[in-house]
Amino acid sequence: MPPRKSSLETLSDWRSGPTIRNLLRAISRETEAINRPLRIMEVCGTHTMTLHRSGLKPLLKEAGVVMVSGPGCPVCITPDYYHEAVIDLVTSQKNIIATTFGDMTRVPTGRGSLQTTVPSPGSEIKIVYSPDEALELAGQHPEKEVMFFGAGFETTIPAIAFTAKKAAATGLKNFTLLAALWLIPPALEAILRSGEVDIDGFIYPGHVSVIIGQQAYSFVAEKYRLPGAIAGFEPADVLLGILSVVRQVRAGRPEVANEYRRAVRAEGNPGALALMAEMLEPYEAEWRGLGRIKNSGLRLKSEWQKLEAARRFNLRLQPGKSLKSGCRCGEVLKGLLEPVDCPLFARHCNPDHPQGPCMVSYEGACLIEYKYSSGEKKK
Amino acid sequence: MKLVSLEMGSGGRLMQDFIREKLLPVFKNRYLGLLHDSALLPAGLALTTDSYTVDPIFFPGGDIGTLCVNGTVNDLVVSAARPEYLSLALIIEEGLEMATLERILRSIKKTAVRTRVSIVTGDTKVVPRGQADKIYINTAGVGRLVGRPQPEKIKPGDKILVTGPVGEHGLAIMLARNNFRMTSRVRSDCAPLIFLLPLWKNGALWMRDITRGGLATVLSELADKISYPLLVEEERIPLSRTLRGAVEILGIDPLYLACEGRALLVVKESEANRALKFLRNSSSGRQTTVIGEVQDKTGRKGEALLRTSSGGLRLLEPLTSELLPRIC
Amino acid sequence: MCLAVPGKVVSLQDDGTGQVDYMGTTVLANFSLLPGVKVGDWVIVHAGFAISRLDRAEARRTLRLFQELEKLNSAD
Repeated sequence: MPPRKSSLETLSDWRSGPTIRNLLRAISRETEAINRPLRIMEVCGTHTMTLHRSGLKPLLKEAGVVMVSGPGCPVCITPDYYHEAVIDLVTSQKNIIATTFGDMTRVPTGRGSLQTTVPSPGSEIKIVYSPDEALELAGQHPEKEVMFFGAGFETTIPAIAFTAKKAAATGLKNFTLLAALWLIPPALEAILRSGEVDIDGFIYPGHVSVIIGQQAYSFVAEKYRLPGAIAGFEPADVLLGILSVVRQVRAGRPEVANEYRRAVRAEGNPGALALMAEMLEPYEAEWRGLGRIKNSGLRLKSEWQKLEAARRFNLRLQPGKSLKSGCRCGEVLKGLLEPVDCPLFARHCNPDHPQGPCMVSYEGACLIEYKYSSGEKKK
Repeated sequence: MKLVSLEMGSGGRLMQDFIREKLLPVFKNRYLGLLHDSALLPAGLALTTDSYTVDPIFFPGGDIGTLCVNGTVNDLVVSAARPEYLSLALIIEEGLEMATLERILRSIKKTAVRTRVSIVTGDTKVVPRGQADKIYINTAGVGRLVGRPQPEKIKPGDKILVTGPVGEHGLAIMLARNNFRMTSRVRSDCAPLIFLLPLWKNGALWMRDITRGGLATVLSELADKISYPLLVEEERIPLSRTLRGAVEILGIDPLYLACEGRALLVVKESEANRALKFLRNSSSGRQTTVIGEVQDKTGRKGEALLRTSSGGLRLLEPLTSELLPRIC
Repeated sequence: MCLAVPGKVVSLQDDGTGQVDYMGTTVLANFSLLPGVKVGDWVIVHAGFAISRLDRAEARRTLRLFQELEKLNSAD
């Protein structure tokens, strides 16, 4: 029977029980032949979400695959001192509108969170849906300084680069960008180079790959001889990616497979990549948990320094007194620690009283584990 | 210094902790201790109260007037009481347009007629501008018991029913507050549940109107009360098409979105088919669905489980922290 | 966080923005990162920007693969 024409819209095709069962059986056939359980890292927080929300994690375990969460949560890997610099700015200066994405506002730091901060008169912290919106605000409030505190990976960076370019073109003088922009491939390389994490392959993030394409991961297969597959976000998409990795392990032929072909082209999104290269340049950035990684962050190029919030407001983006809560987010982000094995998990750290960003972000492994999984934590 | 946070009133775990730790020990008596939606008083009476602070006061599908009658009426219905009398207390911000107030009063009147309750006492306060947001309303309701909730009799095989698509009120309000650059046809499901009353004599063991915290929170609270685990099927939970699209975009789990005119029922296995037929024949219960049943093999005592459409099992937790849409 | 579901482009404006429909809910999106987008295309939107146009033929190919897996398993 030919698939229905509306196949893109019909979500049930990508979530249906029979399809999932068939994929799981195909996966377990491979792991039986390999004769040992495999550990696969899902790099992206949205994949973590799919696995938990659809209840797939235990089923995969039965099929011989243990999934390990990776660093794919921009809210989680942005160091505290970014938030603290923004908190200092809005509490010490008047008429600043600091804008950011929703879950950034709840991250706890040594100085509270953006949400608990009481800004100076005329200043405020505002949640935006798109960087576009921050620019609109700057146009509407010429008497104020509008700063966009943008955190994101390659998926979000082109939108931010576009907004910066538009701000420069329109000549708005009251818009600045605090860039917390991170690149996935250098982080994967850092994880592999450290040799701390024992995994058999990667599920690459679908929408990061939409932008950067397939080639960006080839070093994983070539230099580190590890399998990997780009996957979409529906339950069947994720399993398809896992099946590909498991098959690569069995065949002993690591590659960068694309199992999300309806959205990801081998070359990525060339227009978006060109825009990123025009506006931004790589630098050695610090990731929470992973430390400093060469060429892993993007910042505005020198010709766009007028848009740079750190320069305009003289922000101190350096490690200060960090929050000493015993939070082990860093190890969770590297796949070294399962959320349930953190001594704080569900005891001193829960969504109502988060001790670290992994319990705050929608993509945070701890929050997802807390919300969707049963068992261990209920003591 | 510890401050009261918004989350303490959001219907989630923080609110339950507050009630258990700060309210119960102080006021404990044999009526309050049961923590039903209404207090069941001597002489077959039930009493309940609720305050309405909805923002905005008018939203697609209803307004604060329809809400303040339906909400209190529904609390009585799910406590097995036929609603009869309501009190109405208005706290109005100075400067509210009289036409707005009159429109709200007309909604209250219309909903009271529809639910066959009389508003028999009330109070009006006006506070200086800025000390309230337009209008807050408190209603208390008195009803006469027509049956008795019997959660202790719930046993494996009993059916779990939902009276229609869930989450539309919560979504309508969320979008009315902040449109997120979205346009949606979703409307609040705000409606009275009085059509459920006959079921108290025909097999219903327990009911709860699904309000803040959504279906998942109600199921998890029910699981806490009874001796067996619950299992519901994701595929059977009614969701409108418009809501499906919107919750995907916002990254919100629809099982945590509030309703204001839907209930969850547990019906004896032997009476379930008849109850379903009865509800589907009533105009307000046309979309009633059996979404699951009480278990003896799957899960452990105290657990509410969801079988996902992919075939996995997932634990339903009560709502933790305020429901925020995914932004980016 | 990524939005898994694709939406359908229902209108385009001169300023490079337009409406994308998700099962009856529409969202304003910026198409500057996706030149040549047309009404009727299925797209992925992230942080207010369309970043990818979906390939229907590839989607159908993947769904056919699911059906082949079904046959493979029933042959077990």
